[in-house]
Amino acid sequence: MSEILQIQGVFAGYGGGDILRGMDLNLEEGTITCIVGPNGAGKSTVMRVVSGVLHPRRGEVRFLGERIDQLSPKQILETGIVQVPQNRSLFPAMTVEENVRLGGYILNDKQLMERRLAEVAEMFPIVKERGKDKAGSLSGGQQKLVEFARGLMLDPKLVLLDEPSMGLEPRILGQVFGTMVEMCRRGRTILLVEQNARQGLESSDRGVVMESGRVLLDGPAKDVLADERIGDLYLGGHVH
Amino acid sequence: MKRNRMGLIALIAVVAAVVYPFVFSSTEATTIVFYALLYVAIASSWNIIGGFTGYISLGHAAFFGLGAYTIALVADHLGIPGGYGLFLVALLGGVVAALFAVPMGFIALRLRTIHSFVIVTIAYLFMFQLLAFNLLGVTNGSSGLAIPQPNWSGAFFNMPFYFAALVLAVLTVLLAYWIRNSRFGLGLLAIRDDEDKAAGVGVDTWKHKFAAYIISAVPIGIAGAIYAYFSSYIYPQTVFDPMIDLTIVLSAFLGGMGTLLGPILGAFILQPAQQLLTFYTGAAGWDLVLFGVLFLVVILLMPSGIVPTIVERTRRARVREAVQKADETVPTPDANPAAGGGPR
Amino acid sequence: MNLVFGSVVLGILSGGIYALMAVGLTLSFGVLEVINIAQGMLVVVGAYLSFALESYWHIDPLLGLLITIPTLFLLGFGIEWAFLRPLKQDRVALSILVTYAVALILEGLMGLWFGDNFVAIHAWYVDAAINVFGLYIADIYLIGFALAIVLLGAVYLLLYRSKFGAALRATVQNREAAVLIGIDVQRISTLTFAIATGLTAAGGMLFGATTAFNANSMLDLISRLLMIIILGGMGSMGGALVASLIMLVSVDVVSVAYTPTWSTFVFFALTVVVMVVRPQGLFGAPPARKV
Repeated sequence: MSEILQIQGVFAGYGGGDILRGMDLNLEEGTITCIVGPNGAGKSTVMRVVSGVLHPRRGEVRFLGERIDQLSPKQILETGIVQVPQNRSLFPAMTVEENVRLGGYILNDKQLMERRLAEVAEMFPIVKERGKDKAGSLSGGQQKLVEFARGLMLDPKLVLLDEPSMGLEPRILGQVFGTMVEMCRRGRTILLVEQNARQGLESSDRGVVMESGRVLLDGPAKDVLADERIGDLYLGGHVH
Repeated sequence: MKRNRMGLIALIAVVAAVVYPFVFSSTEATTIVFYALLYVAIASSWNIIGGFTGYISLGHAAFFGLGAYTIALVADHLGIPGGYGLFLVALLGGVVAALFAVPMGFIALRLRTIHSFVIVTIAYLFMFQLLAFNLLGVTNGSSGLAIPQPNWSGAFFNMPFYFAALVLAVLTVLLAYWIRNSRFGLGLLAIRDDEDKAAGVGVDTWKHKFAAYIISAVPIGIAGAIYAYFSSYIYPQTVFDPMIDLTIVLSAFLGGMGTLLGPILGAFILQPAQQLLTFYTGAAGWDLVLFGVLFLVVILLMPSGIVPTIVERTRRARVREAVQKADETVPTPDANPAAGGGPR
Repeated sequence: MNLVFGSVVLGILSGGIYALMAVGLTLSFGVLEVINIAQGMLVVVGAYLSFALESYWHIDPLLGLLITIPTLFLLGFGIEWAFLRPLKQDRVALSILVTYAVALILEGLMGLWFGDNFVAIHAWYVDAAINVFGLYIADIYLIGFALAIVLLGAVYLLLYRSKFGAALRATVQNREAAVLIGIDVQRISTLTFAIATGLTAAGGMLFGATTAFNANSMLDLISRLLMIIILGGMGSMGGALVASLIMLVSVDVVSVAYTPTWSTFVFFALTVVVMVVRPQGLFGAPPARKV
């Protein structure tokens, strides 16, 4: 297996100061990596740096060997990285189908758009079933699935999932994480950030614990789950 | 130590303001500083709601106008002659402003989003202007109202007004200072930072905003009354004037929104500048253009205002020094630069 | 009775014209999240441009739109690019100040060029009137209403039938998600502001043809336009249309049935009352603060 994404010595933050302080992380192709850590550790900032919303002040990010840390969000989409943001990120007043089509906003090929839409609808039946309904009328879990569907319109190689469990009822988390595993099985690499650490790690191959803007612990997800130090700190099962 | 130094500077400033009219006693010299002091009070007072909480009211000129009409109407109906007594009536302008602020704040602050709040406050101003124009029986409409004038003569005429404005300015700044350093003020700043989180940590955001809104109306009402008394005649369009709001926000902004020093500095830069501009360009037109250009330049170059920009620059310079001393240092994340700007 | 009916008709017709002026305001609020205080002044600039074309070069005001709309489009483009785009923090406060400053500059310039006197735009259809069911209505109101419908229809098609429109609506509904699917939000913002300003040229021409104006008219205009978009629900296009109709009809009816003196005040008071009951406006989304 090869490394698809390399983050090396990244410092990044907003006006006030750095949130990431020497972040290193490499992702193996075709795996699910889950980042856990306390609030403010910089988990979401990692996502923002990879997706190009925030440019690092120092350090570099490579995707398939190429530097991507100074590219715009659009250019990063073109390289094959898609981010599904935290919270509800659909366009609530648009229909489900419009939302999914917008996932292919940067595609300029109509036929390709239709083909992708068909592929995505095959994996996510809800895209067809509720296609004409306003996205805002769907339940939280359904919206999350449509967000996944939207994210797959570009047939990305790497999918960034920022706290997919946030705000969802516990009983549908299984379906959401199950879908994530299915996406990975179909050949996509996944970087997951989860506040709900236990469930996130259980569905992942690898676990990364962050604190104060850098990696504290890195290893197979099972080992991280079993690590006593971590257990007390982050796996209490609390969902903020 | 820092607090002592600030106190000393404040004391020197007040002493200077007291001495000033005796040194520069010409009518022109005292008039310019009179207006500047009046706007120190107005902008500092507005800052309590607009700067501390981030709820930008563009309708506080309504309170200015209410104060102005209060003094004119009370003096007229009670037959109070010009003299020192009218300054007491000016205080009534503050009371009336506060009374009106209760329903006005109640409605505007219910709107939840800052944008709607801004627009409704603009509407208030225009509604009061329309009332002043239309309630002929009370306000005499567009013909305006006269305020009885004292029989002080010559250069002395300005003195009582000057000191009234000075007292009002000092008291308002002290009020703002006291609020800024109280638990109440902490709540207001938290609202500006993130209203939901402020509510989450137990700040009663509604009460805080409502109280700040009403308090901020009072000194402006008094200022409006003093202004009316000073200018001897008022019209709907001169006291319910949107330019007043613009000047308030600009003063507060120029110096640094939410800081104590900001509105003071802003008023002292803006008022003289405005008067000189109007004086030298004369005809309507160029003064507006120059004024507009001036403040576009300032906003684009110093988007957080003068005081915070300077504070930030010196802080950065210090950090750079520190970094140079200690070889391998990463700038520490700082507290919110906006909140940390002002003097404490 | 007939008088009241007439005022309702007139209110509806001029409501269309106001909708044309207000839609730019609500569009730029929706996309850029700025309150454009300069909107009233931009209407006046549009009116003065049409006035100048007509009185200096005898270009028909309707035909002149082919010049004034592109001119204001470019002006809007420039304003967004130079003054709004650089604002990164405190956008609410700063955008108000910046657009107010722009309005002052434009007001000063218009005053310098055209003086203080009230002027009105003239054309044969401004002065002619036709008889509709016993009501004499100046042709300009009918033309203005038709033009408003055509232009608002064009905006509707642009918003709901084009890729640009989809990107624009996406930006309004969720800015961050829009960036993440590759929408160039900055480009959308500039174009939206430019289009909004361009539309204002048409609104300005109709305003200038139906009302005598000078540079100072901008204050009255901006207060009315702001009330319209807040009543309609900020960012809602349909809301702006409906609120314009409500405003103009109520103003005209109060003028005729009671007194013109209080007509504007009644509308303002009405709007404030509506805000108490329905803080998000008639067609606004319930206020959900974005985190």
